[in-house]
Amino acid sequence: MSDSGQTNIILMENVDKFFGEFQALKNISLSVKKGERIVVCGPSGSGKSTLIRCINRLEEHSSGKIVVNGHELTSAVKDIDAVRKEVGMVFQSFNLFPHLTVINNLMLAPKLARKASKAEAYDIAMKFLERVKIPEQANKYPSQLSGGQQQRVAIARALCMNPLVMLFDEPTSALDPEMISEVLDVMTDLAQEGMTMIVVTHEMGFARSVADNMIFMDNGEIVEMNSPKEFFDNPKSDRTKLFLSQILTH
Amino acid sequence: MSFDFDLILDSIPKMLMGIGLTFQLLFLSLLLGTALAIILLIMRISGRWYLSWPTMVYIYIFRGTPILVQIFIIYYGFPQLEFIREGIFWPILKEPFGCAIVALTLNTGAYVSEIFRGGVIGVDRGLKEAGAALGLSATHRFIYITAPIAIRLCLPAYSNDVISLQKSTALASTITLLDMTGIARTIVAETYAPYEVFISLMCIYLILTWVIQRSFGWLEKRMSRHIREEV
Repeated sequence: MSDSGQTNIILMENVDKFFGEFQALKNISLSVKKGERIVVCGPSGSGKSTLIRCINRLEEHSSGKIVVNGHELTSAVKDIDAVRKEVGMVFQSFNLFPHLTVINNLMLAPKLARKASKAEAYDIAMKFLERVKIPEQANKYPSQLSGGQQQRVAIARALCMNPLVMLFDEPTSALDPEMISEVLDVMTDLAQEGMTMIVVTHEMGFARSVADNMIFMDNGEIVEMNSPKEFFDNPKSDRTKLFLSQILTH
Repeated sequence: MSFDFDLILDSIPKMLMGIGLTFQLLFLSLLLGTALAIILLIMRISGRWYLSWPTMVYIYIFRGTPILVQIFIIYYGFPQLEFIREGIFWPILKEPFGCAIVALTLNTGAYVSEIFRGGVIGVDRGLKEAGAALGLSATHRFIYITAPIAIRLCLPAYSNDVISLQKSTALASTITLLDMTGIARTIVAETYAPYEVFISLMCIYLILTWVIQRSFGWLEKRMSRHIREEV
């Protein structure tokens, strides 16, 4: 075990992931320190989502090592549970529970996984709903909210578990353009409060202002990892240059 | 051919004397069958071959053969077997009512478990993943996320099966039970008036079907509140 294991919240060493014959991740090594904000970009199918989904075991890595806050991910349910309690996740398609009101979406996990009382869970839920600025929607069903509001609820729902790390899997890709900024604002606030974050996104303005490190992925590999300034102004790899020219010229 | 309305008025109250038995057959086998279906479902989706394979064989047999034949095997066939006559279920299986309940339960359980499975498969994978990402255990995810959504999804198919089961209870009359159909057959045997008697019997079943349909319609509406309401 290396010394850096102490300060790293997430450590990935030589991680491979196969879907059948297809290799989605190739020899990924990555360490994330507490409070670090990482933005991952790359063409579709490059393994960005798979990368972060391996961190909370929504996908099982085929080989290599993943350690989250000292818990190594193995197939043991105990380890998976321990990791998932430290890691919050926000999905592209929100994935709010449609049969529960907003407040119940937020209260469910604290009640079941943290054994909070109903009153405690309610207080936690209202605190985070206020933080994402929609406490007045508490008693509505997800289908009654706009996409931007739903995604903010989803962020609040993940925060209710008091995670050490937040993973964002293209959180604004399913939103109408006018709703993107309200979600990015919440994420920026979160970054400023010191939350450790890994964000898969193509919102390059957000990346530039928030990220400590940019990762560019292609074909399951980390092609380039650098500070935003270096990454945008002076990309090293031709693949990165091509990708940036494609997404920034529109 | 003339239609004897007095006979209809006369036979309907007699047939209604069997409605209690029809209800007993329906509700008891529905309750037990649904419980059986849940057990079968959990075995089927457990991901363990030694649980799911026997379930598939069971479902194949009970969905693939006529329920009338299943009733006959249980009622006429089982008493021939020594170990059944000496087994703990003999007090149930020696009565025609017990045999009818067992047959209807085993049959409807096979159908309903497949209906439930359809509902479970229909639940968006992303919702289960969201539950997992929040740290909910597999059991919690099933009870609080998958099941409530799956139940609403399979309610229309389930109500269909309840109606189907209601009609299947009439088969109990073939093993001497005097449910509504059993009584109707007795009246026909006495009066030789099949049209009047059986048509009035049909009307009674149609009314019951209507009540079942309306109840499920109400339930579906209630369980879809979160979808109907818009901003």
